[in-house]
Amino acid sequence: MATKNLVYERPEGFTETPTHYCPGCTHGVAHRLVAEVLQEMDVINKTIGVAPVGCAVFAYNYFDVDFVEAPHGRAPAMATGVKRVLPDRIVFTYQGDGDLASIGMGEIVHAAARGENLTVIFINNANYGMTGGQMAPTTLPGMKTTSSALGRDVEVHGYPIRVSEMLATLDGVGYCVRRSLHDPKNIRLAKKAIRTAFETQARGLGFSIVELLSTCPTNWGMTPVESLKFVEEHMVPAYPLEDFKVSEAIKQVKV
Amino acid sequence: MTRELWKGNEAIAEAAVRAGLEAYFGYPITPQTEILEYLSRRMPELGRTFVQAESELGAINMVYGAACTGVRVMSTSSSPGISLMLEGISYIAGTEVPAVLVNVMRGGPGLGNIAPAQGDYNQAVHGGGHGDYQPIVLAPASVQEAIDLTVLSFDLAEKYRAVCMLILDGSIGQMMEPAQMPEMMEVKRANWDWATDGRMGKRERRILTSIYLDPVQEEKMNLRLLSRWRTIQREEVRYKEYFLDDAEYVIIGFGTAGRVALSAVRQAREKGIKVGLLRPITVSPFPVEAIEQLTGRVNGILVTEMNSGQMLEDVRRVVKGRVPVEFYGRMGGVVPLPDEILREVQRITSSKLDVRSDPREEWYERMVGMR
Repeated sequence: MATKNLVYERPEGFTETPTHYCPGCTHGVAHRLVAEVLQEMDVINKTIGVAPVGCAVFAYNYFDVDFVEAPHGRAPAMATGVKRVLPDRIVFTYQGDGDLASIGMGEIVHAAARGENLTVIFINNANYGMTGGQMAPTTLPGMKTTSSALGRDVEVHGYPIRVSEMLATLDGVGYCVRRSLHDPKNIRLAKKAIRTAFETQARGLGFSIVELLSTCPTNWGMTPVESLKFVEEHMVPAYPLEDFKVSEAIKQVKV
Repeated sequence: MTRELWKGNEAIAEAAVRAGLEAYFGYPITPQTEILEYLSRRMPELGRTFVQAESELGAINMVYGAACTGVRVMSTSSSPGISLMLEGISYIAGTEVPAVLVNVMRGGPGLGNIAPAQGDYNQAVHGGGHGDYQPIVLAPASVQEAIDLTVLSFDLAEKYRAVCMLILDGSIGQMMEPAQMPEMMEVKRANWDWATDGRMGKRERRILTSIYLDPVQEEKMNLRLLSRWRTIQREEVRYKEYFLDDAEYVIIGFGTAGRVALSAVRQAREKGIKVGLLRPITVSPFPVEAIEQLTGRVNGILVTEMNSGQMLEDVRRVVKGRVPVEFYGRMGGVVPLPDEILREVQRITSSKLDVRSDPREEWYERMVGMR
């Protein structure tokens, strides 16, 4: 008699809300990895999320945890306010590249510099998704967006920002890595990194951030498969998948 | 309790601590920096939260985050810094969480100067940030009142889940006066049914947000804020009256301008001029009823402010041309002397006033002519 093996189910950290994200977008994968990690660490009960402005503005609809919704770019400051008065809770922000690396650059840098004991999930899909695919600080040179219609000309628009490399220089940072969501192997590595980031926070080892290279098939004008390939072929070379900072204490932690 | 000599800014800081302030987030800006400095020592001493933010943007959003957890939280700043905070203030109002803010106003616009001014009245009272919301705004005129209103502001903010802002100026912030501090209140976290402080196995998740994508839902929220505001207008108006019983003329002024006007009123009384003073303590909600009653029994009203006549418009809206309203203002950080206001009182009480004249136009003409 054949036995049925359950291989996939909704993690406990998720509500039963149907997704609003576009087909092929990796936000759903990133959400799921966070929910799985919160479940595995048994911290759903004491987690408070901070949603950004951007496609993930409705992140709070999916996670079965308390959530607040920050002004554009201000999630790290808001999370600071939450975490400082509730230091025993798990606090995370979930931010896109326009939110974190453009309008919110001041807030993210200083939260990291202060060593705020919180976790940041940073989605880098090289454009502003929600407003319809405008150029972001992370848009690749030559990449066409609705506000760099002729392709990003670095002489005019400047160069992409490598956020993780930059934040890793700050002493307050305990854990800072970049991963990608373009194939199953990398998704597994991303999950491990997210777990490590939350473990960094749970142990009070300082600021933790996981940058996730992500797709935006709708605004990139690609099929989901093409967009995954774009991440592998164009995003990964520009944004290397590395550990930029792992504090000695967190190196000892096995996840 | 005995009275002690307190500097205005430090008095506000200590009063907030005694009212149960659990978290303070701020950024240096003159003339309010002593609040930040004082709390940088005082809060850690008590095991409470103090963070010097990277900017006023950072500070107000830290306030927003902490406010969502339901603790007593405050930030303080001065005019340009409050302008930066307006984004967050609108979000806090839209999320309906309580927060206390202090604006120790300075001369403006722009970088302006650090001298006492009241140029942020409209910004504070008539919103400032985007969208439909009304903050509660309190205007102390002494160090003692700054202490009392700081304590009150936490109660009001929590009672109405609203932004409560103290507006004062550098002269009150920097001046030392004898004042009595309240007893240290116990910090106890209220068990709010809205706070996002983690489910902790006790309840369903909560979401705090200011987003209402459906216009009909947003309008419902707007109506909810308005309904709450109408209660505030009914219940929370505060003002002080001086020499009004037999007054034939009345000065209306808030904060430092009101305090200077009181000196002028006393001098006028010595000269036998029957003038009194109405000093709004809540400039928002505005003391409409008190002004309405005065309108029926005085021969003229003089509004004095340290700006170009911002509260003047609110007074005129109540008076509706039934009695003459005159205006005297100094701007740019210039504090009027009692003598100047006394001269205005003498001018008004000795000339025939016309309800049809535009008080700001006439004041402007006098200001320009004075030079």
